[in-house]
Amino acid sequence: MNKNLDRLTIYASRLLPHKEYFAPGHRACQGCAEALAVRLVAKTLGRNTVVASATGCIEIFSSPMPLTSWNVPWLHVAFENAAAVASGIESGLKVLMRKGRIPQQKITILAMAGDGGTNDIGLQALSGALERGHNFVYCCFDNEGYMNTGIQRSSATPYGAATTTSPAGKVVPGNVTWKKNMPEIAVAHNIVPYVATACTSYPFDLTEKVKKAAAVEGPAYVHILSVCPTGWRLPTHLSILAGRLAVETGIFPLYEVERGRYSLSVDVAELRPVEEYFKIQGRFRHLTPEMIAKIQQRVKKEYACLKKKVRMTNEDCR
Amino acid sequence: MASRRGMEVSIAAAEAVRQANADVIAAYPITPQTHIVEHLAELVNNGELDAEFIPVESEHSAMSVCIGSTAVGARSFTCTSSQGLALMSEIVYIAASLRQPVLMLLANRSLSGPLGIWNDHSDIMSIRDCGWIQVFAENGQEVYDHVFIGYRVAEDRNCLLPFLVSLDGFILTHMIEPIELLDQEVVDRYLPPYKPLYSLHPDHPVTMGAFAGPLLFTETKKAQDEALKDALPYLKKGWQEFGDLTGRYYHPIEQYQTEGAKVVLVTQGSLGGTASIAIDNLREKGEAAGLVKVRLWRPFPFAEFKEAVRGAELVVVLDRAISYGGPGGPLASEIRSALYAEERRPRVVNVIAGIAGRDVAPEDFEQMLHQAHNKSGEGYEIYAVRE
Repeated sequence: MNKNLDRLTIYASRLLPHKEYFAPGHRACQGCAEALAVRLVAKTLGRNTVVASATGCIEIFSSPMPLTSWNVPWLHVAFENAAAVASGIESGLKVLMRKGRIPQQKITILAMAGDGGTNDIGLQALSGALERGHNFVYCCFDNEGYMNTGIQRSSATPYGAATTTSPAGKVVPGNVTWKKNMPEIAVAHNIVPYVATACTSYPFDLTEKVKKAAAVEGPAYVHILSVCPTGWRLPTHLSILAGRLAVETGIFPLYEVERGRYSLSVDVAELRPVEEYFKIQGRFRHLTPEMIAKIQQRVKKEYACLKKKVRMTNEDCR
Repeated sequence: MASRRGMEVSIAAAEAVRQANADVIAAYPITPQTHIVEHLAELVNNGELDAEFIPVESEHSAMSVCIGSTAVGARSFTCTSSQGLALMSEIVYIAASLRQPVLMLLANRSLSGPLGIWNDHSDIMSIRDCGWIQVFAENGQEVYDHVFIGYRVAEDRNCLLPFLVSLDGFILTHMIEPIELLDQEVVDRYLPPYKPLYSLHPDHPVTMGAFAGPLLFTETKKAQDEALKDALPYLKKGWQEFGDLTGRYYHPIEQYQTEGAKVVLVTQGSLGGTASIAIDNLREKGEAAGLVKVRLWRPFPFAEFKEAVRGAELVVVLDRAISYGGPGGPLASEIRSALYAEERRPRVVNVIAGIAGRDVAPEDFEQMLHQAHNKSGEGYEIYAVRE
């Protein structure tokens, strides 16, 4: 993605399609990076897309009957089954095209859910759909908690973060578990040809990845860090900065796994201290120097591990 | 020419799905539903049915897949039993509110616990209010026929509702029966390809499954309720036209020897056949007994039911599910409610029997009817239970 970034000011307006498929006027909170991510994904996939959406913020703020933000066909059924509904859409379109009942054409199936609908309650349906090899793109919009129901912790909530069900108490200092590594779980299916992480703070990287995900045959998984000012206790104008810091501190590295081969999208030469990311967010306000040190150590270790995977999987390919 | 062949009812059901040219089949294995999907998998893998067979990882996903595939315009099929239905029930309700004409066969089996694989109606009764058209089959022929009738009525643009056919687990699913198979040409005449009113396609983008706030939710639900009630005439039409083609006519309420009957027994599903033997025996002894079989469970055929029991003094309702701590079994509660406003209403005695595979023989029915004469008509009683 870096090939475009250095001439950003010249080409930015030409790099993205102008047509919007996720219309403005929806009811997302101010500064919602998830809405931005959805808009970028919809824009990138374009007209010939059918969307299966899980219950969650996106579904609520984009479809208040009788209004809709969706200029592409869109179906919401329930919380935990976006991947299964997408399986049905994909199979239905495939068989109808085969039988000549609708014209043959490339239609991208997008399944989308938040981190709760992906990592937790939707994990089984997602794993089933990945394992069966349906040709679809799954986007997880990860805002690190159940924000729609009032900021409860999920298995994607990072260590230390305060949420309404992992409050920073006198005895227990916020969330005590480490974020579940969902992209690695997608990779572990061993049959998912494309897995990537992305963030709205790197919009061109995000759109390039969504294009690749749509182009591969079979399932593709894109995990998008979607900054949530409301849930993260962050000033609304800092959403993009927070996403940048998540990447530059190594907390949320941007990478791709193409047929098992890892590559870093943004290779941070020297990781910024995690404290820089934490200090702008109220959910980490209570962290002690010891906790920060513990997190810093783990982030460094995981980042090194990721770089090792990049080296190893590329050596294998040579 | 239609041919008559001895075959397992599950195989006949799967053959009907093949003849109905289903596009997508999604199912998860559970006893006693398995033979139906196994045979469908064979048909697909042998190239005898051009469909996508999706071996999902749960019943919850089976129904989710069916909603997705129906929403793009593909004729979709699933079947399950008991715990499978309980797991998928969240999505069963949504299929109806999304007005997706999915067809499901339910091989009735008791709900846990304790775990039991045998037949009763506790599974179907747990989703009574899900908004689907719900029909009970008495024998294999009815199961086979209702695959075609189900799709025809469900996909009728005047209905657009999912359709459930209940068939008793093992008693029907694993029974070998003579089945009259329809010629494909007759099926094609009766059941045209599915042409959805709205479908998910980029050429005509629609939003399905939007959320509703308090301002619109009540209106949405009223529309759904009316859609189900208004399906009755179209279901009757579907039955009538099927009868005209095949000679097999079905009705919301089936009656046997109800002419002049003072005592009427009410059953659902496969026990209807057994009950009719009991009625024959009683009639031979000179007792004015009759049988009413409630085929259509939703929308409940109130007018037809009241007509069927007109003149009866005692109605004995057999329930195969318990409403714990409630007024009676689900069927009896429905019937008491249906008759409450009648000026001359019969006494309704509720017997619960045939739970989780416990056999009910003709002599059991005779005994139930005899005992009922001394019962008040309040509450319910579990028949022949060891205490």
